[in-house]
Amino acid sequence: MSAVPLRREITRASPAHPAAAMLTARVDAAKAREIANAAATGYRRTRAPAWLPVVLAPVVGLALFVALWAVVAKLGGRIPDPAVVFQAAAKIFADPFYSKGPNDQGIGWNVLSSLRRVGIGFGMAALVGIPLGFIIGRFRFVAGMAAPIIALLKPVSPLAWLPIGLLLFKAANPAAIYVIFICSLWPMIVNTAVGVRQIPQDYLNVARVLNLSEWKVFSKILFPAVLPYMITGVRLSIGVAWLVIVAAEMLTGGVGIGFWVWDEWNNLKVEHIIIAIFTIGIVGLLLEQALVLLARRFSYA
Amino acid sequence: MHSNAGMDVNRYLVVERVGKTFETKSGDFVALTDIDLVIRKGEFVTLIGHSGCGKTTLLNLVAGLHRPSEGTMLLANKHIEGPGPDRGVVFQNHSLLPWLSCFDNVYLAVERVFPERKEKLRARTHEALAMVGLSHAEHKYPHEISGGMKQRVGIARALAIEPKVLLLDEPFGALDALTRATLQDELMRIVEKTGATVLMVTHDVDEAVLLSDRVVMMTNGPAAQIGEVLAVALPRPRARLALAHDARFMDLRAEVLEFLYEKQAADKMKKVELKVA
Repeated sequence: MSAVPLRREITRASPAHPAAAMLTARVDAAKAREIANAAATGYRRTRAPAWLPVVLAPVVGLALFVALWAVVAKLGGRIPDPAVVFQAAAKIFADPFYSKGPNDQGIGWNVLSSLRRVGIGFGMAALVGIPLGFIIGRFRFVAGMAAPIIALLKPVSPLAWLPIGLLLFKAANPAAIYVIFICSLWPMIVNTAVGVRQIPQDYLNVARVLNLSEWKVFSKILFPAVLPYMITGVRLSIGVAWLVIVAAEMLTGGVGIGFWVWDEWNNLKVEHIIIAIFTIGIVGLLLEQALVLLARRFSYA
Repeated sequence: MHSNAGMDVNRYLVVERVGKTFETKSGDFVALTDIDLVIRKGEFVTLIGHSGCGKTTLLNLVAGLHRPSEGTMLLANKHIEGPGPDRGVVFQNHSLLPWLSCFDNVYLAVERVFPERKEKLRARTHEALAMVGLSHAEHKYPHEISGGMKQRVGIARALAIEPKVLLLDEPFGALDALTRATLQDELMRIVEKTGATVLMVTHDVDEAVLLSDRVVMMTNGPAAQIGEVLAVALPRPRARLALAHDARFMDLRAEVLEFLYEKQAADKMKKVELKVA
């Protein structure tokens, strides 16, 4: 850790360094040669700026992807080509928040109702999972008790819980929320528990020699030490939740992006399905990025 | 500060027939036996010995982080029953909380110990950080400052609670030689100024002789004991450069070296260290 500022110092001091001076001289010589070449041939080679490939690579990748898609569409079948989808998207996103009864609403409402289900199920999972994770991480016996249950239930597809949800709540919407709750729960419990177990003994020794109160130990040491792990759990959970909500809504119906996909399939509007796929992808990406930013805010490196 | 009515300043910190046995998977491990040590109020004592000799264990016993298997310990006539803020501990790896600024790291300790108003607590924190020359870095986080600065914050945190005794566990062990020298000088100045009682673990012979009133030399573990105690009667304040050519300093240094490398020649220890390396 102490090496970091030191290294920074060296970088700052480098122009004075003889090796660095030599390097500068060499670069200067190269530049002179380049200019001489340009004068001789009337043609000057310039080097591309460093940011160019960083921007260019994804653009080229996306362009190839769209080209491949256009080729597949041309070859026949029922896949609409990019231009058709783009036009349909322009129309859909021109008025995302219309509402003509429960079965015909704008894509904005569909996305928002899916996000609402994810938010509720996920929030409840956090309320249950994080404290449970703390308890499991803190007490070895409880960890032993929970281990077989978690190991058994974690690999189960969250959708397998849907019938139980329908049975318990007798309605589609709470059943979907309940599925989100179940699938978000495991990563939150497991990551919080791991975080609690990873707290360095040094920090706990500080608490001991100062005789800190239980509340101070929790708020100043346990909680901040576990926070990065908790955020990782939250990030994994929200990724899974966003995957699962689409499938759950296909089964339960109502308003939601998953249901919308199924509805458009029944209407055979394939371009709308493709729009939904991109919309789901972009929303998922934004959720993930928001949590990455949050995680960065709370990492202490 | 602390009232010491009726207390014997010559028996400020008393360690009596203390031993420590750890229970391990491969049976009991006797780390320390028969440790007797009496420290005067305001005295600076270092514990020195080969690595693995249990000097840190002894310090942790006084800190209350371990319970002794036998014997008793008294600080200012009070039994040491566990960890407590009457002892300020500086850990080898600074142990600052990375999510708190330097100020908040010290404030956390101050706030725990003194039942005072906020402004007073803040003033104490500023004062402690000023004492170690870190007023300018109060609002920096531990990862933004150098190793030497972190250790200074650790010292400020330990001093800010006005402990009866300052316990230092190889506080400068992880620092480069130049930073170490600066911090040693600073520690001497602070101890001079505050009259603190100090028990410090080190494996650096020069450091031990330079800083201490007495150097406690420990035999090799397991079942380590106090081998010899060397009184360092050099006048204070001590100047590093002047002492470098001082015959008395050289003699004392030679005595510690002799103990470590002849009387406690590290045959056994070498093997252990090689295994570790």
